[in-house]
Amino acid sequence: MADRKVETVKIISQECLAEGIYSMWMETEAADMAKPGQFLSMYTNDAGKLLPRPISICEIDKVNHRLRVVYRVTGENTGTEQFSRMEEGESLKILGPLGNGFPLERAKGKQVFLMGGGIGVPPILELAKQMDCTEKQLIIGYRDHHTFLKEEFEKNGQLFISTEDGSVGTKGNVMDAIRENALCADVIYACGPTPMLRAIKEFAAEKSIECYISLEERMACGIGACLGCVCQSKEKDAHSNVKNKRICKDGPVFLATEVEI
Amino acid sequence: MDVGKKAENAVDMRVNIAGIVWKNPVTTASGTFGSGKEFAEFVDLNKLGAVTTKGVANIPWAGNPTPRIAETYGGMMNAVGLQNPGIDLFCERDIPFLRQYDTKIIVNVCGKSEKDYCEVAERLSHEDVDMLEINISCPNVKEGGIAFGQNSKAAEHITKAVKRYAKQPVIMKLSPNVTSISEMAKAVEAGGADAVSLINTITGMKIDIHRRQFVIANKTGGVSGPAIHPIAVRMVYEAAHAVKLPIIGMGGIANAQDAVEMILAGADAVSVGTANFRNPAVTMEIAAGIESYMKKYGFACVSDMVGIVD
Repeated sequence: MADRKVETVKIISQECLAEGIYSMWMETEAADMAKPGQFLSMYTNDAGKLLPRPISICEIDKVNHRLRVVYRVTGENTGTEQFSRMEEGESLKILGPLGNGFPLERAKGKQVFLMGGGIGVPPILELAKQMDCTEKQLIIGYRDHHTFLKEEFEKNGQLFISTEDGSVGTKGNVMDAIRENALCADVIYACGPTPMLRAIKEFAAEKSIECYISLEERMACGIGACLGCVCQSKEKDAHSNVKNKRICKDGPVFLATEVEI
Repeated sequence: MDVGKKAENAVDMRVNIAGIVWKNPVTTASGTFGSGKEFAEFVDLNKLGAVTTKGVANIPWAGNPTPRIAETYGGMMNAVGLQNPGIDLFCERDIPFLRQYDTKIIVNVCGKSEKDYCEVAERLSHEDVDMLEINISCPNVKEGGIAFGQNSKAAEHITKAVKRYAKQPVIMKLSPNVTSISEMAKAVEAGGADAVSLINTITGMKIDIHRRQFVIANKTGGVSGPAIHPIAVRMVYEAAHAVKLPIIGMGGIANAQDAVEMILAGADAVSVGTANFRNPAVTMEIAAGIESYMKKYGFACVSDMVGIVD
């Protein structure tokens, strides 16, 4: 009872990976429980911006009790811009880990796609590191040559890149990369913008592939209370008693066939 | 009273709201605390005067499309649209959960018509809950809600109707989106309300200048959080001077100082809402902070502070 709370954590490092993309390592008890696909509620030190920012976990270091987040600065005067200005040694308030995470066990003995696009790329890294499967195919979509985390992905699977401008890998999106390389899978895990997830969901349905997608929505509480971040579900949800699921609490990862996107 | 001579240590945190004694003056603002279960990992619910649950209707409601949430400076805006599981599941699941705790249960009731409100009030009359809060002030649903809360005749009428079915004391939750909060408070008092709570959110709008579209799918939403606190204090003060009913004050309370301010303005108890999203444990901290304030200034009981700044 009342055993979880907002934690003040120390920033271990902060690095700019590409234009507007930052990587922050923090020392936190949340690392002990964290799973790939979960997220943190990160609070700014500015009382004018009172809602937490839901940021996905990119890497988990349980030995040193550290978590890494890789996040995008969403604009001028935003909370994420404030995070990006913080330096090593400063402290930050977080709550987490939150959400369900990816069901890793479904990959055992299978051929797998791990797909990330845009700022949905970071959570795929820890997923790739922990995944135990027969064939680990990482299909990562970027806008341009700012292929952040590329070297780390290369160490953790067979990497296929797509870029919108064609500067690296397949020109186009992650679906184009699948077609160009004639890739096959038994299970798909994906995180990225809704149009990408919609295309992946459709692809998985056509080929009868088990598919898990991580959704995103504006959140307030992050713990399932405010009902701000719902998505539509195919069937009536047991908790809401309507066709809505809470992305923060019931997700962010859903079986693609469960949700309408 | 001579506040300086009151006992230094023992303070009585209890408050009596329409005959229901809460252990302290702190409850949760409806819609920000789920049914209590979502927060039970973060808050010892036994330490709250009451838990006010998210609005419940006679049947399940799916609520509004997303995005439902936007941040505003010093606050936020929501248009959740009263998504709720309906009274049947609520009675079966949420009331028994809350009953495990030593706190009062206030059920917020929403509806689209008089009949909806009355059906829920009647159903709850057979349930083990302590008070009903009637939401006639939600700005985010097209029918019902605020339609009853912006017209004094309609507010008086719906109060009378609900009172015919309710067994528990009835709190009418008022909207700030009115010309005169005093008139609305008087109307529900005339209708037989046992208490009033105020303020609900203030209708607002936010536009994304890069996409040139509304941030919230509903176009408008209810603004809450510290930014609206001074408005809430003023309205609580006005309501306290207009009616004899107990007042549950809310609107942007983020810490114990804000809560005390509301009590000094005339609130008998306070609700904490948006602040739960920044610090899930804030309700407990506010209850403890009010107690510290009372000790520091020698108030023996909460009622000694109510409305003393006049």
